[in-house]
Amino acid sequence: MKDAFGAPQSLLILGGTSEIGLATARRLITRRTRTVFLAGRPCEQLEAAAESLRTIGALVTTVPFDALDPASHEVALGKVFTEGDVDMVLLAFGVLGDQARDEQDPLAAVHVTQVNYTGAVSAALVSAAALQAQGHGSLVVLSSVAAERPRRANFIYGSSKAGLDAFCQGLSDAMHGSGVHVMTVRPGFVHTRMTEGRPATPLASTPDEVAAAIELGLRRRSTTIWVPGTLRLVMAAVRHLPRPVFRRLPV
Amino acid sequence: MPVPFAADPPAEAISVTGWGRTAPSSARVLRPGTYEEAVRAVRECGGRGAIARGLGRAYGDAAQNAGGAVLDMTGLDRIHEIDAVNGLVVCDAGVSLHRLMQVLLPLGWFVPVSPGTRYVTVGGAIGADIHGKNHHTSGSFCRHVRAIELLTGDGETRLVTPEDEPDLFWATAGGMGLTGVVLAATVELLPVETSLMTVDTERATDLDDVMARLTADDHRYRYSVAWIDLLARGARTGRAVLTRGDHAPLDALPPRLRAEPLAFSPGARLPATPRFLPGGLLTRRSVGLFNEFWYRKAPREQRGRLRKLSSFFHPLDGLPDWNRIYGRGGFVQYQFVVGHGEEDALRRIVRRIGSRRCPSFLAVLKRFGDADPGWLSFPVPGWTLALDIPATLPGLAAFLDELDDEVAAAGGRVYLAKDARLRPDVLARMYPRLDAFRELRTRYDPRGAITSDLARRLGV
Ligand SMILES: Cc1cc2nc3c(=O)[nH]c(=O)nc-3n(C[C@H](O)[C@H](O)[C@H](O)COP(=O)(O)OP(=O)(O)OC[C@H]3O[C@@H](n4cnc5c(N)ncnc54)[C@H](O)[C@@H]3O)c2cc1C
Ligand SMILES: NC(=O)c1ccc[n+]([C@@H]2O[C@H](COP(=O)([O-])OP(=O)(O)OC[C@H]3O[C@@H](n4cnc5c(N)ncnc54)[C@H](OP(=O)(O)O)[C@@H]3O)[C@@H](O)[C@H]2O)c1
Repeated sequence: MKDAFGAPQSLLILGGTSEIGLATARRLITRRTRTVFLAGRPCEQLEAAAESLRTIGALVTTVPFDALDPASHEVALGKVFTEGDVDMVLLAFGVLGDQARDEQDPLAAVHVTQVNYTGAVSAALVSAAALQAQGHGSLVVLSSVAAERPRRANFIYGSSKAGLDAFCQGLSDAMHGSGVHVMTVRPGFVHTRMTEGRPATPLASTPDEVAAAIELGLRRRSTTIWVPGTLRLVMAAVRHLPRPVFRRLPV
Repeated sequence: MPVPFAADPPAEAISVTGWGRTAPSSARVLRPGTYEEAVRAVRECGGRGAIARGLGRAYGDAAQNAGGAVLDMTGLDRIHEIDAVNGLVVCDAGVSLHRLMQVLLPLGWFVPVSPGTRYVTVGGAIGADIHGKNHHTSGSFCRHVRAIELLTGDGETRLVTPEDEPDLFWATAGGMGLTGVVLAATVELLPVETSLMTVDTERATDLDDVMARLTADDHRYRYSVAWIDLLARGARTGRAVLTRGDHAPLDALPPRLRAEPLAFSPGARLPATPRFLPGGLLTRRSVGLFNEFWYRKAPREQRGRLRKLSSFFHPLDGLPDWNRIYGRGGFVQYQFVVGHGEEDALRRIVRRIGSRRCPSFLAVLKRFGDADPGWLSFPVPGWTLALDIPATLPGLAAFLDELDDEVAAAGGRVYLAKDARLRPDVLARMYPRLDAFRELRTRYDPRGAITSDLARRLGV
């Protein structure tokens, strides 16, 4: 159960090797989290991630999970929920793709949307239903500022996140009053392996900062959070920029 | 809002919180109107179990049951029998103490223990084994309970008395509803001549002064409590106002009141607090000013003043839904007790709260009497302090964890009826009879039908 401050005791991370996901797990383990499920495609990194959380005192189980195989989600995730209540599900999987290549290769572009959007829709619905059945819990979904206004430089990724973001806003309303809390997280540029080698944009953050923002959002039961928080204001302005200006923005 | 009892078709799940309005979870809220309906609700509760709920005055998640059934007991509200000669009442568990006062006072009887609000049920009073300002003279509520009708998780209804089934009785006393659903109880009453109180008020300049005064002459009063200002610092740390008294005897009343000495008139309740208030109304400054004003307004010393029962016992009850002033984020109450001889721990904690500048309205300090026999009853002889804090205060979670450690190290404990955030491992240190309690639960409830959010959170 979550406590009065929204701190979960058990946590399921979809995308178990995600740097943001693991930073969040580490932070929540210092609060109330004791049980962690890391769901991801079986690999050495997943086991290593599990081991690293064990050393800080969590009881960790890895769960095979592939975003690209929605037909398997119900069974794969259902199993986790039979082992006890899951207080929080963190949907952290995603791929950035390679915009230049993906524009040339429609199937590669589709792959991005299948992970980020359709895979996420499936996993979120399965998780939300399970949380609803237990009558409580938070579903925290990593969207992105890219969802707010598509940019020339990454609109394939951006559109997949925009779809996911819109889906989560609706899901949050659908879950209102059900005891299930849905929170959409919109980070700007975060320094992780996903963005490695790319030039950081202004207002970049670290996985630990995203984790801190998530902890605060849980406490406040927020429905949408930005990381850093100032992005909320910045994007409110950016949303209304005339298109010719927006197109020429360097970021 | 609770729906009328209906097991089929299943009641729709709604969101439920405790008085502090933190950590909502959703449950089917059933409102049995007969014992049979209650029995059926427990027998057919399904995999996520059931828990009894009274008037929801517990601050945390004790009367919540995510994904399962919550039995709103206020539909069981009959007073079956009043023995006005020997001072006994037999009533359903959903009867409130407010109602008992209305009915019993004119007959010259009062409830044996009254908490800071009259709006609790008899079932809730047993579930938390509540204490009042008379703990040092009368102990907790369940010491005055002669018998209970208990619906256990196996679906059986049992008449439980402290003589015949001491284990089940004293596990239920303070057991936070986890041994089963109390359907009815027989409660011993206190005879009174009037519905007024004679009250002595005095100010204490700091924490040591309050403790000294409470230690020196608490025994002269049936009721005693101190309100302490936790925002005062330095030499004034722990400054307080003591209010102590007893029921006024008939001859203490002025002639004009003697005609109707037992009238119970709590006074009009104010309009309800607006539903949507912004958070952040309670700042350090506003609360500090309030505390300052309130300390100054109290008489330095006043003896034998006549006051209404309601203003002496339940000053907050005139303001319905006052919990909303904490806004959407809700609030937590932290109440702990440390034993005699652990005064240093109390001093340290009061100093820490003061230097952290928690915007806490007057906190309540009381000196408990003997420990109660309930396995999970809260009181032990010593000092108890209770304070309200907005849940959104930054760093509060970790700060309270530190206080828990301090309390546990001093052999003390926190009160489960107020709790929404304790760690499971600390609970076991604070309540040594927890294992026996768990064992008893499996005996009477092999299916694990009775459970709550608190039970899940703390692994009870
Ligand atoms: C303003 C205020 C002042 C307070 N002052 C005091 C005080 O001075 N001293 C004190 O001890 N407490 C105090 N409390 C706490 C309160 O007395 C307890 O939480 C009490 O249990 C609330 O009763 P309720 O009927 O509202 O029960 P709920 O809050 O609905 O339930 C509380 C617990 O009792 C159990 N329960 C309820 N009904 C039954 C039943 N029929 N059978 C079995 N279990 C049941 C529930 O499962 C739950 O675990 C105060 C609370 C408030 C809001
Ligand atoms: N980094 C940023 O700047 C940034 C900004 C905004 C939003 N986000 C979002 O935040 C989330 C976490 O990102 P991160 O920075 O932590 O990146 P990361 O470390 O690269 O994590 C991405 C995760 O997605 C998993 N994944 C990819 N394809 C998968 C599939 N088919 N099935 C299951 N899992 C799959 C990866 O697992 P494998 O190890 O198996 O590949 C990895 O665990 C992502 O949704 C990302 O879009 C990131």
